[in-house]
Amino acid sequence: MSTKLVIGLDGHSSGDRALEFAKTLAGQIGACELLVVYVIEWSPYSFQTAEENAQRHKRREEEISTAQDRVVTPAVKSLTDSGLTATGRVRHGNVADTLNDIAKEAGATQIIVGRSTESGLSKRIFGSSTANLVMEASVPVTVVN
Amino acid sequence: MKRFTQAAASAALLAVTAGPALAQEAESLDARVNAAFAAATGPFVNFIFAPLPGTAFPWIVLWLVVAASIFTIYFGFVQFRFFSHAISLVKGDYSDPNDAGEVSHFQALATALSGTVGLGNIAGVAVAVGIGGPGATFWMILAGLLGMASKFTECTLGVKYRNEYPDGTVSGGPMYYISKGFTELGLPGGKILAVLFSVFCILGALGGGNMFQANQAHAQISGIVGDYPGWITGVIFAAVVFVVIVGGVKSIAAVTEKVVPFMGILYVGAALVILIVNYDKIGWAFGQIFAGAFTGLGVAGGFVGALIQGFKRAAFSNEAGVGSAAIAHSAVKTKEPITEGFVSLLEPLIDTVVICTMTALVIVISQQLIVDPATGNYMLNEAGSAIATVDGNSGVALTSAAFGSAISWFPYVLAIAVVLFAFSTMISWSYYGLKAWTYLFGEGKTSELVFKLIFCVFIVIGAAASLGPVIDFSDAAIFAMAVVNIFCLYFLMRLVKSELASYAARLNSGEIKKFTH
Repeated sequence: MSTKLVIGLDGHSSGDRALEFAKTLAGQIGACELLVVYVIEWSPYSFQTAEENAQRHKRREEEISTAQDRVVTPAVKSLTDSGLTATGRVRHGNVADTLNDIAKEAGATQIIVGRSTESGLSKRIFGSSTANLVMEASVPVTVVN
Repeated sequence: MKRFTQAAASAALLAVTAGPALAQEAESLDARVNAAFAAATGPFVNFIFAPLPGTAFPWIVLWLVVAASIFTIYFGFVQFRFFSHAISLVKGDYSDPNDAGEVSHFQALATALSGTVGLGNIAGVAVAVGIGGPGATFWMILAGLLGMASKFTECTLGVKYRNEYPDGTVSGGPMYYISKGFTELGLPGGKILAVLFSVFCILGALGGGNMFQANQAHAQISGIVGDYPGWITGVIFAAVVFVVIVGGVKSIAAVTEKVVPFMGILYVGAALVILIVNYDKIGWAFGQIFAGAFTGLGVAGGFVGALIQGFKRAAFSNEAGVGSAAIAHSAVKTKEPITEGFVSLLEPLIDTVVICTMTALVIVISQQLIVDPATGNYMLNEAGSAIATVDGNSGVALTSAAFGSAISWFPYVLAIAVVLFAFSTMISWSYYGLKAWTYLFGEGKTSELVFKLIFCVFIVIGAAASLGPVIDFSDAAIFAMAVVNIFCLYFLMRLVKSELASYAARLNSGEIKKFTH
């Protein structure tokens, strides 16, 4: 069985560095499968208006296709162009929990992410997704600066 | 005619703030418009709120309570059997992780709750306890528990027969389940009943869901900052609602949707603090509630008076059987429509059994209601229509005084809460009204814009004038929704029963199981 690596991207430049790092690492490992994941921050416990609820399914599809087109597909292409095996996935949820769940499901040996680009009050209160992932993940996490 | 509608609360409030002004304007254009409107709509209003022959009991209240009882028995006390399952569903135990990003059970419930939790819980309960005494609380709780079955029935159907459009948006509600359900059962008249429901729903949205709310919000604000023309409040509210529903400014709605639950929690929290501080009186308060429920403790109309008030306020507060919740719940993502039915049965529980009871307990414990020391019964006010209170308060002013007696600054928080609840109820009802409107006139940008503009205009009207008859009429329209909706639910309930049987069997066999998260 080949080694599986999960790469978490957030559409920022730190993600590009994470991708480059994963490329190098995969080149060293050899037989390796890469799973590019983009998580759209979302909570099932948020409050919405009735109208937002009615349009939610449509919005979700739009969010997924935007993330797919802008982030995941180019990243997967860049990896496969380098001769690596890579697939992409877009999911909604808590960034840290979702990346960890996907890594567990896929049987990945490592999660690679860029340093958090979040800022402001919510980061101070709840911590960044990256920090939460490092603390909670059940597989080793590499944070690329 | 003796009739205590939702307007009683508003009239009591208005009397506090606008009493003198009202007298001066007796001959004004407003008064003439009101008189003409009252004459035109009077027969309809009188019909909806007519008492049963020889009693003071409005038949519409019996209609709602009987329906709730029938659904409770027909579905074998579904509200108790599936209560813990409903909690699991809301927690997301049965949600497929691959559906993340879709409308969750929690979100559908929270959206529906923000449409019902509001003035009914604050002003309505004070009216019930003020007139019917503490005993009204007992009947209110009972009606809330029964109402859970009505919600279950209508919300299951709301999801089952919603329209899903190719662009991914959904529309649901009684108008859809009435027309589709009747067709499925081969019954005639579904389309006509659906149209009738939609007409009442539009009227209810413009009235109880809009003008009444604007009116109450203005009464609250002017009660604190001093009297000023209502149209100012109306224009401000209309402008804010306009940018949300027409301009699509999500941020305002988003802020409200976050603040309203916080206000609800703060309200219950404050009530709990008052109860804990007065823990030695809780036993006594429940004693008053039980004694009052069966003897009346001297209230007008005795224990029947307590019963009418309790049933009525519960029905007005949680809207079980009205059909509005079915519209709100229908957007949920689920493969099993009945799961949303289970979730929706928590709504009357939270709204009526928890929040309304908190209000009632605080009013009783703070001893705002005056007891005759000689007999232990409650003393009536001079008119003999309600229990005498410490400062002569009624409606929301009574709730405010009760909370204020324990937490001096709480009336200000309460005023903010009332304004926010009014706003969120308006946003919710603008959507309910819109769905009924598009059912009648078709979905489309222009058609939707016309309704939204009408809705905003009615906010100004509602806040500007003391529209007693108009509010009576809009209350009547909301309950007319219940007449059509419940009539149809009697035919459609067997569709829900087969869903329930199938789901229960699969749940027991382990075919439906929790997802591991």
